[in-house]
Amino acid sequence: MNDQNLPSYLDQSEAVRARFDRINQRETILEVRGLGKRYRSPQGETEALRGIDFSVRRREFVCVIGPSGCGKSTLIRILAGLEDHTSGDVLLDGKPVTGPGQDRGMVFQGYSLFPWLTVKKNVMFGPQMNGRSHDEAERDARTWLELVGLDKFADAYPHQLSGGMRQRVAIARALVNQPRILLMDEPFGALDAQTRSKMQSHLIDIWKNIDVTVLFITHDLDEAIYLADRILVLKAHPGEVQEVIEVSVPRPRSPGQFNSSEFRATKARLEELIHPAPEPLPEDEQAVKPHMIRFTDVHDNVE
Amino acid sequence: MLTGTDERKRVLLAVGSFLLPLFVWCLVSYVPFIWHPKVEVTVPGGIDYFQVGMLVDKPQFDDEVAYAREQNLALPAGKPANPIYLPAPHEVAQAFYTGFTKMPVQKDAPWLHESLWHSIQIIFWGFLISSIIGVPLGILAGTYASFGRLTEPFIEFFRYLPAPAFGALAVAVLGIYDGPKIAIIVIGTLFQQVLIVANTTRKLEVTIVEAARTLGTRGVKLLTKVVVPGILPDLYRDQRILLGWAWTYLIVAELIGTSSGITFYITQQARYQNFDNVYAAIMIIGIIGFGTDLILARFGRRLFPWDRSQDRR
Repeated sequence: MNDQNLPSYLDQSEAVRARFDRINQRETILEVRGLGKRYRSPQGETEALRGIDFSVRRREFVCVIGPSGCGKSTLIRILAGLEDHTSGDVLLDGKPVTGPGQDRGMVFQGYSLFPWLTVKKNVMFGPQMNGRSHDEAERDARTWLELVGLDKFADAYPHQLSGGMRQRVAIARALVNQPRILLMDEPFGALDAQTRSKMQSHLIDIWKNIDVTVLFITHDLDEAIYLADRILVLKAHPGEVQEVIEVSVPRPRSPGQFNSSEFRATKARLEELIHPAPEPLPEDEQAVKPHMIRFTDVHDNVE
Repeated sequence: MLTGTDERKRVLLAVGSFLLPLFVWCLVSYVPFIWHPKVEVTVPGGIDYFQVGMLVDKPQFDDEVAYAREQNLALPAGKPANPIYLPAPHEVAQAFYTGFTKMPVQKDAPWLHESLWHSIQIIFWGFLISSIIGVPLGILAGTYASFGRLTEPFIEFFRYLPAPAFGALAVAVLGIYDGPKIAIIVIGTLFQQVLIVANTTRKLEVTIVEAARTLGTRGVKLLTKVVVPGILPDLYRDQRILLGWAWTYLIVAELIGTSSGITFYITQQARYQNFDNVYAAIMIIGIIGFGTDLILARFGRRLFPWDRSQDRR
């Protein structure tokens, strides 16, 4: 690849610029201001997040990306209300977030489905918790299962489904509550490559057809570029926003765009941000120095 | 996944694990030159204190034979025998049968099944009372960290106090009949139960609880709709193990106050040296314990079709 000839990742075509103008005119759903998180650990006080500022517009698709230890999981857990923050504000529709609520749906990386409930009952769980009747909940569940293509598996238990199918159920279960924003914490991280790309296309389809805003955490650069309108790049120790990138790859997106110049330019920029010049390894890694000994016949070469 | 032959092999081995000790028992009982440290006198001969059916130590019998030969007395005869406390399998099997069919030899002595029924009732009430207190307490201690920290250290301490030590106290408070016996089983089971259930509760996947919270579940519903169903298969397994522990406390418990139940039957029969009855009674405890566990395990598979950990068994 001749990366010298790539355009700047900041260059946007007319259509893309017009799209961002439209997005920026929409109302803000989620606003994060000066968010910080410190916690005490055996090694002393650690600062996980510092001064995070960003906002998400209605029906925008935002990805959060960063090296491991940058606090991206902590960030999404704070947004979901599963963890407290120590400074700053999280505003959803202008109201501060205190604890979890049905206005924010969450899809976890691990299998978070209730194993004792069938697929349909898993999806019915949210509505029933929020006071809907059994029949209403069941009707809604059927609709959403159809949307993720699992209506045939309504009466199966989660353990009978494949990993991709389970995450589809998890998405349906989060969306049935009609949240203002869907928070996704590396939801496809445990899936194989093929299933993952299928799930990505499927997620875009869902997002296109439903009034939902998505905040998506990933460590996969391709996934972030493929899905996102904007990418929030975090850096580690402490977790801070390094850059917010407006993805210049035009929509509608398709896997064919992975080789387009915009895609590669954006990816090059992300790589620059996330994998800068190699830093010295941490001490415990340095201690591991394999000392290779030849155990086979000297002439028996494999390379 | 087990294939058909694997399954057959597994059953075969399971049956073998019972046949093996039985085989050893048969060897010791029926092969005259294995062990048999005693001699059962069949012909007293000239030895004046010998009687037919009497059990004599082998060296002593040999001495008496030598003595009789020396004195030109009629020679005594006997056959190798085991001590009275080791009856042969067929004798125990017979006792097992007659325990249910023949009137007890001693007057007022309870039938085997009467004793057994009494014991089962004691276990039932003891385990029920313990579970009514222990299971909710354990779930609360496992769910709410501060509640756990408030209760568990004391329970941890209390579980080291041997339940039988409370026997005299239990009699003083609850009288001499079934009350103190049930109390001993409760004391023996309850404290372990709280700790085990709390531990099981803590092992519930955090993500499941968090997922429920993001779906709008709060407060008591989090406990009743998520934690309890989430741990149910493991809780059920814990209860099966704890029921086994309750049986081990039974024997001690039944010696307290007026001795009763299967323990009374066993001590009574041992006193009259009916060791075949003793073995039959001990074995029936094993059969009942093992049998209920098998039934509960099978029932559990019906009850929790989603439980993956059972597939491995």
